[in-house]
Amino acid sequence: MIEHAGAREMPDAVTPSESVAVSLQHIDLSFGPKIVLSDLSLDFKRGQVTSVIGLSGAGKSTILRLIDGLRMPNAGYIFVNGENIVGLQERELNEIRRKMGFAFQAAALFDSLTVAQNVSFPLYEHTTLTRKEIDQRVTDTLDALGLGDVADRLPAELSGGMQKRVGFARAIVNDPEIVLFDEPTTGLDPIMTNVITDSIKAIQSRLHATSIVVMHDMPSVYAISDNIAMLFEGTIIEVASAKEFRRSQNPIVQQFLEGSEVGPIPL
Amino acid sequence: MFRASFYLRTLPKSFPLTRRFFEYAGGVTLLLIDSVRYILALRFRPSEVVRQASFLIVSSLPIILLTSGFTGFVIALETAASAQQYGLVNIIGGSVAYGVVRELGPLLTAIVVAGRAGAAITAQLASMVVTEQIEAYQSMGTSPTRVLVVPRLLACIIGLPMLTVFADMISVWGGYYMAWLRIHLAPSTYWVSVQQFIDFTDFEKGLLKAAVFGIIISIIACYEGLRTEGGAEGVGRVTTQAVVTSIILIFAFNFALSFVLFR
Repeated sequence: MIEHAGAREMPDAVTPSESVAVSLQHIDLSFGPKIVLSDLSLDFKRGQVTSVIGLSGAGKSTILRLIDGLRMPNAGYIFVNGENIVGLQERELNEIRRKMGFAFQAAALFDSLTVAQNVSFPLYEHTTLTRKEIDQRVTDTLDALGLGDVADRLPAELSGGMQKRVGFARAIVNDPEIVLFDEPTTGLDPIMTNVITDSIKAIQSRLHATSIVVMHDMPSVYAISDNIAMLFEGTIIEVASAKEFRRSQNPIVQQFLEGSEVGPIPL
Repeated sequence: MFRASFYLRTLPKSFPLTRRFFEYAGGVTLLLIDSVRYILALRFRPSEVVRQASFLIVSSLPIILLTSGFTGFVIALETAASAQQYGLVNIIGGSVAYGVVRELGPLLTAIVVAGRAGAAITAQLASMVVTEQIEAYQSMGTSPTRVLVVPRLLACIIGLPMLTVFADMISVWGGYYMAWLRIHLAPSTYWVSVQQFIDFTDFEKGLLKAAVFGIIISIIACYEGLRTEGGAEGVGRVTTQAVVTSIILIFAFNFALSFVLFR
């Protein structure tokens, strides 16, 4: 978190090109006196995986919530598929959200529903598919993520890694255009981290969606990302392709990648 | 979801209590209006309403039977001896039924439900906030008000009057039992007195009160649950707050309804 800055003049919005699925422009967000995001601008290219990395508590997950309309910025523009969602009514936001999938950090599964009921929930809510078609879609999605044998279990009966994959299944069962992954590997052992990383790759090759991933496990970030952006002190300090990002000359990026205690990042 | 704060920016910041009151009242009112919109549009799952009503009735009924039974006992206990002393045994049944059907039945039922089912609703929704389940509904384009609040609101509107019927019956029967035990009051004297003191309209008005209390309990419980902040500590805080606020509002609305209905 950074200290409060003075008010600034808001530039006009620029309608993003067709190749950009999500565009954040000049975003300001504060919680009380603390500014979390300040004049943040970032484009997410259509059909690519972009990872947002940064220190814990830097506001990475907040970016996902802004894109999904779960939180509104104090200032700025958020374009999703060419439409600025800032200031939209809940009903209009819901229409946009239905084209997105959100895999939450703690999976956020409905604990009174089974795995299959959790995954089928968005289909029953927002499609006119028959029960048979929904069952088939759920089975296919669970199978694709290696969860075919847990369909009738309750979330509490699953491991953390399995819960995350069920969360992925629920996020993608609707074939969304944009998928948001919030800290998908946090708190998992190295083996499960690899399983989750492979799951994200499998989802991407299946959906060819625009995936936005928030995490700071660098091997996984390199494995899945087309582009990497680094958030520091409320703004994006570096955006590059995965290859170029490793070679960044920015001392903050280098310190973060090396995990060094010495450098410009205040501890 | 709750945009009351938006309309309150014009209030001077030097009145924090006033702001907080209007913010709370506005939030609760908006949640109720939102819920009524979904109910009128028939956009809710009847099976979920039945499930919530079953939970409400099953979890609260044993406590209500106990408390209302003892209430009937104590009213008869206090009135029987005095009534016998002054030769007014023919008002014992009436005084028990009058107090219970018009006031104590709906009131005590509501207090028990607020403490039992209301607290459970708040804790459940608050836990869902903490575990991001509410945001999960929103991220899927599904209104938490429609899937979570509306079934609980309808369950309370249906369940409270049903529980009040049980409370009324057990209290009046409890009063009869105590009057018989204490002064060997004849059954006919007791039941004729009941019929003379109250009519079906009193019973209906009591049930109307119960339905209003059902709205208060469910909306306050849901509102508090959905605005939880701060993890496990927050869950405890809003659960207590929901019960306290509900009980205060139940007493206030009980007075207002009695004033309007029984003039």
